[in-house]
Amino acid sequence: MAAYKHSAVLLLCCFALVSDRTLASKPDQNRAEPEPGPESHARKSDAISPREDDSNREPEPEPAGSVQEDPGSRWQATEALDPAEEAAGTRRRAPNDQFQEELVIRPLSSGDIYSSFQFRTRWDTDFFKPGRKVANYRLFPKSLGQVITKFSVRELHVSFTQGFWRTMQWGPPFLSAPPGAELWVWFQDTVTDVDGAWKELTNVLSGIFCASLNFIDSTNTVQPSASFKPLGVGNVTNQKFLRYAVLPREIVCTENLTPWKKLLPCGSKTGLAVLLKSEKLFHSSFHSQAVHIRPVCQNWECKSTSWELRQTLNVVFDLHTSGQSKREWSLFKMFSRTLTEACPLASSSKIYVDVTDNSQGALFELSPSTPSLSQAVVLGDRRTYSVYDLVNPDAFGAQRSLNILLRWRTADSADALRPLLHGERYVAGYGLQTGEIHTLIYNNHPYRAFPVLLLDTVPWYLRLYIHTLSVTSRARDNKPSYIHYQPSKDRLRPHLLEMLLQLPPNSVTEVTVQFERALLKWTEYTPDPNHGFYVGHSMGVSILYSILGSWSSVAMDTNVCVSVFPCKEESTYFVRVYTEPLLVNLPTPDFSMPYNVICLTCTVVAVGYGSLYNLLTRTFQVDEPSPSLAKRLANIIRRMRGVPLL
Amino acid sequence: MATAEVEKQRGRYAALSIAAVVIAVGIPLWWKTTETYRAWLPYSQIAELDSMQLQLSVEVEVVFSRGTLTPEQQKKLPLTQNREQHHQVDANTGLTYRYETKYRTATIMEEDALGQPTAEEADLTLHQLSASPCGSVVVYVIPDSSMLLGEGVRVYVGQRRTALLRRQLGPGENLKDLEPHIEQVVQTMSFSHGDITAALSDRIRVSRLNKEGLPDSMRAFKSSPGYEITFSLLNPDPKSHNLQWEIEGALHSYIQPLLDKLAPVANFSVDSQILYYAVLGVNPRYDNSVSAYTLSADSLAHVINPVEARLGSNAASSNPVLNFLLYVPDAHHSPLFIRDHNKNMVATNAFHSPRWGGIMVYNVNDHYGPEALFPVDIDIDMTRVMGVFLAQLRFLLGVQQTRPPPGFVLQSPGSAGLTDWELDRLMWSRSVENVATASTTITSLAQLLDQIGNIVINDNIAQQVYSAVTSLQAAVAELEAGNLAFALQYSREAVLASERAFFDPSLLHLLYFPDDQKFAIYIPLFLPMCVPILLSLLKMAGDLRQRRSEQHVKRD
Repeated sequence: MAAYKHSAVLLLCCFALVSDRTLASKPDQNRAEPEPGPESHARKSDAISPREDDSNREPEPEPAGSVQEDPGSRWQATEALDPAEEAAGTRRRAPNDQFQEELVIRPLSSGDIYSSFQFRTRWDTDFFKPGRKVANYRLFPKSLGQVITKFSVRELHVSFTQGFWRTMQWGPPFLSAPPGAELWVWFQDTVTDVDGAWKELTNVLSGIFCASLNFIDSTNTVQPSASFKPLGVGNVTNQKFLRYAVLPREIVCTENLTPWKKLLPCGSKTGLAVLLKSEKLFHSSFHSQAVHIRPVCQNWECKSTSWELRQTLNVVFDLHTSGQSKREWSLFKMFSRTLTEACPLASSSKIYVDVTDNSQGALFELSPSTPSLSQAVVLGDRRTYSVYDLVNPDAFGAQRSLNILLRWRTADSADALRPLLHGERYVAGYGLQTGEIHTLIYNNHPYRAFPVLLLDTVPWYLRLYIHTLSVTSRARDNKPSYIHYQPSKDRLRPHLLEMLLQLPPNSVTEVTVQFERALLKWTEYTPDPNHGFYVGHSMGVSILYSILGSWSSVAMDTNVCVSVFPCKEESTYFVRVYTEPLLVNLPTPDFSMPYNVICLTCTVVAVGYGSLYNLLTRTFQVDEPSPSLAKRLANIIRRMRGVPLL
Repeated sequence: MATAEVEKQRGRYAALSIAAVVIAVGIPLWWKTTETYRAWLPYSQIAELDSMQLQLSVEVEVVFSRGTLTPEQQKKLPLTQNREQHHQVDANTGLTYRYETKYRTATIMEEDALGQPTAEEADLTLHQLSASPCGSVVVYVIPDSSMLLGEGVRVYVGQRRTALLRRQLGPGENLKDLEPHIEQVVQTMSFSHGDITAALSDRIRVSRLNKEGLPDSMRAFKSSPGYEITFSLLNPDPKSHNLQWEIEGALHSYIQPLLDKLAPVANFSVDSQILYYAVLGVNPRYDNSVSAYTLSADSLAHVINPVEARLGSNAASSNPVLNFLLYVPDAHHSPLFIRDHNKNMVATNAFHSPRWGGIMVYNVNDHYGPEALFPVDIDIDMTRVMGVFLAQLRFLLGVQQTRPPPGFVLQSPGSAGLTDWELDRLMWSRSVENVATASTTITSLAQLLDQIGNIVINDNIAQQVYSAVTSLQAAVAELEAGNLAFALQYSREAVLASERAFFDPSLLHLLYFPDDQKFAIYIPLFLPMCVPILLSLLKMAGDLRQRRSEQHVKRD
């Protein structure tokens, strides 16, 4: 990806150079003029001020509606506001948006530590109200609001992930995301040209997040038929308005984090976001940041919707590289910062530490300790959390700074939380002509079978032999109950394979399909083709049954559940499982080949042509055969002897 | 011997025919297959556009009310009169101003209107009688005795396109004596030479401009088909101040009327946002003499940079963005005042940055006492704020400050924030600017395409160029005819089409294809093929010459 960016920059440079050289006659529209500096116009605009006497007035806030009567104002607004608005102006309106921030820390059994940030902005507004011309943004970021309005977006989910979530070591993540960049968007059903809007949207998002999303085109975009449902309210599930794309090669770094932080109302100045220092966050085993926008119900009646922007950031710090192998973690050690205050705009600001396995402090010691505990069902499991409420100033203690310390008492770890479902994927076969993709899905539940919807997108240059598709579990054929397959078109669209599989309990299901590697045109290779080509993950979607069975909760603080995870207090919950992306080698030519081919062909042509030319233009004549060597020698001797020549 | 000669002849024919095939088939084939597609462009018309001779026509109607003309003067009154001024600005830029003046006497209805007690009412009634077309000027000449204008006021310029001129022709005077006055009025209400040359700043050197119009034109945004206006409230201290601004109502009542009025010039979209923890780039200095923090004019240049990073670029369009920032200093740095170059306090506490936007500092420290409980709820007085922003918006959009000659009274623009004649002035200069921009773009594009033969010119680019050229020609023709509204519309189309052609990405595809690499590819084929052909041709020519000289010798 760096190479892509680099080449894009190069291209820009080229253009800049060229335009500099050749367009000297056209001064730049915006910049080339010698502008007077911005300082030079501190003008006393006395004619402008509508009320010169204002400074002498009582410094009391004035209702907006009452000011029109002033006769001295030059820009007098004679148009009266309507009385309803006037009334609204006089009393303070309750803000129709709110902001919440949360951090969940989960010590992992491997000794690593998992921190999950979540920032949630809700705005009770309707972007698509007819006649709405002006948008007044307060907490919601303007750039995303404009994107929603311009492209008529109904739901937008974008994630950038560096590293792979090790499910077997770390257990299931709160919100899973595939390595690289993933983007899926539902458009409003008023959009007529979905592909055009998608193309433009990816370019705009690529600008907003400084990512290579502009490389999303028709060759890596699919419209899954069943794997995605809108996560927000609304019942339009016409797949025509859904687009899904993955860039497995995308490398996530600081340049993606900075614009992501800028979307927060408090920026990285106060609140939990001060912890997001890039040099620490990217020195980790796993980093995933995401933006989810969706319409949600304003209240339980759900008569009107509001827009929810969730920004999540998940990071796993490694015991050995970040923790110096000491089983001791603190906020300062993880983020090289401590917390001093909550974001004043946040209606709630909390830190949750997962203490489920730590009954009576047997496993680790948590300081400062907090008496407030909360319980929630997360991913089908009942978890207990210690809660630090940052809105309450007592949370910061006497030092006015909060540094949560987590010291392990034992060196040996508890049993890892075994995920019920996880997937693996690899390429088998040898040589550069054919191969086989193996996808393994594990169901670790001892007695329950799960249905899984498997989504696979494979780029066109791996030509799938769909007749070789086989699904086996426990060495027996497992016939998918639903298959949706869309074959690829060269250079136009990828393969799309969706299957509904029934996973038997405690089993491994293996999906294999053979493929042939296509030959690319030489301009289609990436800058480092010998590295291989990334093929996106496959994704399983499933509804799982909670281990707890149907668990009716007592009254408890369910905030963590409502806002952090898509979970309900029910016996089933919904997970997405991602496998690793694949790295496939394609037959790669030597890239000086075109020139060699040109030279070789030209030489062959030249040789053939040369001999032909010679043959055609040379004149042939019968030559007197010259006497043989023996005869000539004999003649010389004869001449010397004076004998007549032969 | 004869057979050898025949054989030689055959070889010669073979070489010749191969050379012929190469020249007749090979070279055209190579030419055709390696050619870049270049659609034909109207170069000659573009070259014509390069030397721009603009003619601007203004219709002036002079209406004499009762008592301003003697009967014989009335008889001598010509129907129309044309006056032209020519200015050669530059070697290939010329401007001609044509004033078509119509003379008539007032109708009875108009006389009634002029009989109104105040000039404002007269102006309104006259407007209701007949709406004059865009770009024209109507001057009513009223007698000295008229009570419409106050003492010492010679000319009253109304909100629309009419002016009242108090001037009575004496018995010995004729129309010639009235002309300078009419001219003065027209110069005020319609374009002036300064405006037009300032609008041409794209084409002509700055030194050639008169310096007077320069700051105005540099301050204003370049003409563009649309503008994005963003109002941002900067609250660097949300822990102390809980600010509330009634932006919705304020935009509705102050900004929207002006934008509605400006709709023929450009499209506008308006947004507002609140940014927290946005700080200025400089630390204000505490001034003991006024017990307040102050920002000096020199430091204002550094104020914007850190804020601008937070403002966020416009995701949805590529139109220029006008930023208006309302900065509420934090509790520890209040009050904050701006000083100008002469160390005086700026009354409005606001400044603007050319072609960027405006910033206003709004102090709230006197809204609460020292014992106040933070955060304090504060309502912002939007009238004060919007007055400043509206004035800045007018500058930045290029509504020129008119400096009326002595004796003139300009009616204030009222709720719309802009009078009709001010809009006309803006439209004149925008049309001329658009024409100048589009013609420069098109000529430099033509020049560029002419210089670099590698560039592919697709049909859609050619089509854009064509439509730009036709729109330009139409705009120039409409300016000549005096149809200002159409001229502006065509000139906008021309700018759009020319920019689209100029920035089309398909122009870049083959731009970088250097000649040495081409030769490196061609030489392995061309060298071995051409050398034998050339050699045998040379040999043949040598033979021919030898034979000729032999024949010459023989004949001798």
